[in-house]
Amino acid sequence: MDMAVVELSRLQFALTAMYHFLFVPLTLGLSFLLVIMESIYVMTGKEIWRVITRFWGKLFGVNFVLGVATGITMEFEFGTNWSYYAHYVGDIFGAPLAIEGLMAFFLEATFVGLMFFGWDRLSKVGHLAVTFCVALGSNLSALWILIANGWMQNPAGATFNPETMRMEVTDFYSVLFNPVAQAKFVHTVSAGYVCASVFVMGVSAWYLLKGKWTNVARRSMVVAAAFGLASSLSVVVLGDESGYALTDNQKMKLAAIEGMWHTEEAPAGLAIFGIPDPSVQETRFEIKIPYVLGLIATRSLTGEVVGINELVLKADERIRSGLIAYDAVEKLKFQRTDPVARESFEKHKRDLGYAMLLKRYVGDPRQATDQQILMAAKDTIPNVPVMFWLFRIMAGLGFFFIGFFALAFYCASVCQFEKKWFLRVAVVIIPLPWLAIEGGWVLAEIGRQPWAVEGVLPTFLGASSLTVSQIWTTIIGFTLLYGALAVIEVRLMLSTIRKGPVEHHASDTGSQIEGSGGIAPLSAE
Amino acid sequence: MAIPLDYETLRLIWWALMGVLLIGFTLTDGYDLGVAALMPFIGKTDEERRMVINAIAPHWEGHQVWFILGGGAIFAAWPFVYAVSFSGFYLAMFLVLAALILRPVSFKYRSKHADPAWRTRWDWALFIGGLVPALVFGVAVGNVLQGLPFRLDSDLRAFYEGTLLGLFSPFALMTGLLSVAMIVLHGAGFLATKIEEGPVLERARRIGTAAALVSFVLFALGGVWVATSQMGFRIEGIVDSMGPSNPRYVPALPAPGAWLDNYGQHPWMLLAPILGLAGPLVALVGIRSRSHLINLAGSSMATIGIIATVGLSMFPFILPSAIDPQSSLTAWNASSSHLTLWIMLLVTLIFLPIVLAYTAWAMRVMFGRVTIEQVRTNPDFY
Repeated sequence: MDMAVVELSRLQFALTAMYHFLFVPLTLGLSFLLVIMESIYVMTGKEIWRVITRFWGKLFGVNFVLGVATGITMEFEFGTNWSYYAHYVGDIFGAPLAIEGLMAFFLEATFVGLMFFGWDRLSKVGHLAVTFCVALGSNLSALWILIANGWMQNPAGATFNPETMRMEVTDFYSVLFNPVAQAKFVHTVSAGYVCASVFVMGVSAWYLLKGKWTNVARRSMVVAAAFGLASSLSVVVLGDESGYALTDNQKMKLAAIEGMWHTEEAPAGLAIFGIPDPSVQETRFEIKIPYVLGLIATRSLTGEVVGINELVLKADERIRSGLIAYDAVEKLKFQRTDPVARESFEKHKRDLGYAMLLKRYVGDPRQATDQQILMAAKDTIPNVPVMFWLFRIMAGLGFFFIGFFALAFYCASVCQFEKKWFLRVAVVIIPLPWLAIEGGWVLAEIGRQPWAVEGVLPTFLGASSLTVSQIWTTIIGFTLLYGALAVIEVRLMLSTIRKGPVEHHASDTGSQIEGSGGIAPLSAE
Repeated sequence: MAIPLDYETLRLIWWALMGVLLIGFTLTDGYDLGVAALMPFIGKTDEERRMVINAIAPHWEGHQVWFILGGGAIFAAWPFVYAVSFSGFYLAMFLVLAALILRPVSFKYRSKHADPAWRTRWDWALFIGGLVPALVFGVAVGNVLQGLPFRLDSDLRAFYEGTLLGLFSPFALMTGLLSVAMIVLHGAGFLATKIEEGPVLERARRIGTAAALVSFVLFALGGVWVATSQMGFRIEGIVDSMGPSNPRYVPALPAPGAWLDNYGQHPWMLLAPILGLAGPLVALVGIRSRSHLINLAGSSMATIGIIATVGLSMFPFILPSAIDPQSSLTAWNASSSHLTLWIMLLVTLIFLPIVLAYTAWAMRVMFGRVTIEQVRTNPDFY
């Protein structure tokens, strides 16, 4: 494998995925906020809630379109840039992607057109149902994508078939009800809800600071504060659930996040600060809270959290066992029915992926020296300092949002959002959820390295046989295209926000919602 | 778990479903692609262009899912095909993706400013967003018919030895143009049912007439070309249609003229090329008699016929390899496992009817022609 091709492919995937995920969280959360706002409109019949729904709907639309457009790239990038990965695990991994299209994406995409254009053509309840279908579709879409991603983190329900040289599904239920996937799903959509709530809070706070559209802004803030508080609690609780799930299948990730080089006596303490130094395998200036990590990770006082060095030794063992499986597969290639090879393959197939780690150092892993096996085993350590810090930023922000929304909730009931400093904070923190979310994804994906699929397929083997210049061409192309679209998108968002909830034409419900300038479109409260 | 359908049957079903998805994509999203490719020519004023855009606006998102679903379904049911074709057509795929990203963004963002320069820029973006995918899809199909320059090693890793410019052989250029003509015909036909009578509709008729003639001529020419050239592959020896999905187990060889074999063995398959030839003519009759439904029926027949002809001519081949025929992917050696095909079939049987039902409902809610008057007064319009 040409490592430059692998690194560039990773760079491109990271760029396109992270860009795509700038838009997704807002879609996930704002769609449900729209459902809540429109429900209030349908239940109370108050015209202002229609104005509110339509205003946030406009911003939803500007954001949604880029989420959809950049999602197309993701669906095809496994084929274009990771074609060996696509062959190797397509039997399992392709299914959730296809089901996502069929069950979720069709739903959201078909109804989003009606949501924008159907106001005059549908009954109130009919339109609310349409908005709900958009929210349901976009969230189901996240479910299937995270089932796919969860499988990469914990490849349940599949086994290698030497006749087809790939992983094949053995138990579809384990793929579906993969605990890692379930925890990730709730964690991710909740993060999207927090993101949308912070966005609605921030934009509304800006209106209140300017004294514009106050009756729209105040009502929006109340909805966002309640929704945000519930969601921010859910993010942290389910993040903790992901941490618990990790102990079964991704001990290395947990150890890296904690900068835990050696196994500690149970129950392990949780580091809240430290500077991990991989060269000496030590985390300096550590500040630990006793017992907490052991409790989170094992839900017991006696469970042990394994350290990095012990896990490397285990990887070394698994590589050696994997070599036996690898040798058997090579024999089966030429003698499909060789019973001896078949038997030794069956015994060691769990570790086949570990033997493939050696391909980085030697063409035929069976020729590997002890030195090379140790190098490959050490490759199973992800980037510890990056993991350590990303996790602390993400988790810190998670707790910050709980505090923020608790305060917002309190403000809503006590001071009617009159405190200027609170409004300023709400505006300033608008970018933070994106920081936490992108950080979370980087953490999840870097933490899985060196694997594309944990224990099954090393990332560097998954790439397509492309040339460096081909990938540079598309990286530059995507960067230019995405960069231009990002500038346009942000400008449109800002101009829509500046314009406010104005409705230019009298529509079917009469002219009372017409408004102009800085005057609220509806009679005062 | 015992699977009620055998592996061969499931592979056949999934081969056919791949065709259904391609046809579904071309019938729905082809409408948007065709209209987008016509944008600078069919609307002369901003209001005319806005009328055209709003005739597609409520539906393009749903239509585009056919493309995403096509990608997902090929990934799930034919992982080899997904892996080999998309990495092989790497830069061509990038062009398609960039164009498809540009298109929805253009629909949505064009109307956000009244500045004519801003709008003209998005009109050209729409043109590219419609034309490039239509052309590249056709060129890709032409290359597949001729065989692709790829080979598989013993780990079944694919190596592709072609270039972007190498795709544009004379035959592939012809299939590319046929694809553009077919999609433009369908786009113009569909548009004629969705906008008011007037100058734009007249232009759609004129463009439709030309596109129908070009489609007919190029499709006929393509048939002659395939029949008289060196194209074609055959499987050698016993075909194990139930065997594991490993191309190295099923040898194939180049066989000039083999793309016509199926029609000799199964004359009913001739229905496909007949439909492909009759479609443009029916569309012409519709345009002449000012019957938009006959026009649309004709363009749909053409689409179904032309795509089915390609699939049936090559069956069981899906992606033949020109440089190493041993590596060719067929319906018998490139699918997912038996279990995955079965699960995916169940999922499709449950959800596809639901999707079709609500797509039809959405079409009905938005039924009716878009008029210039609506463009002037409806605040929801782009």
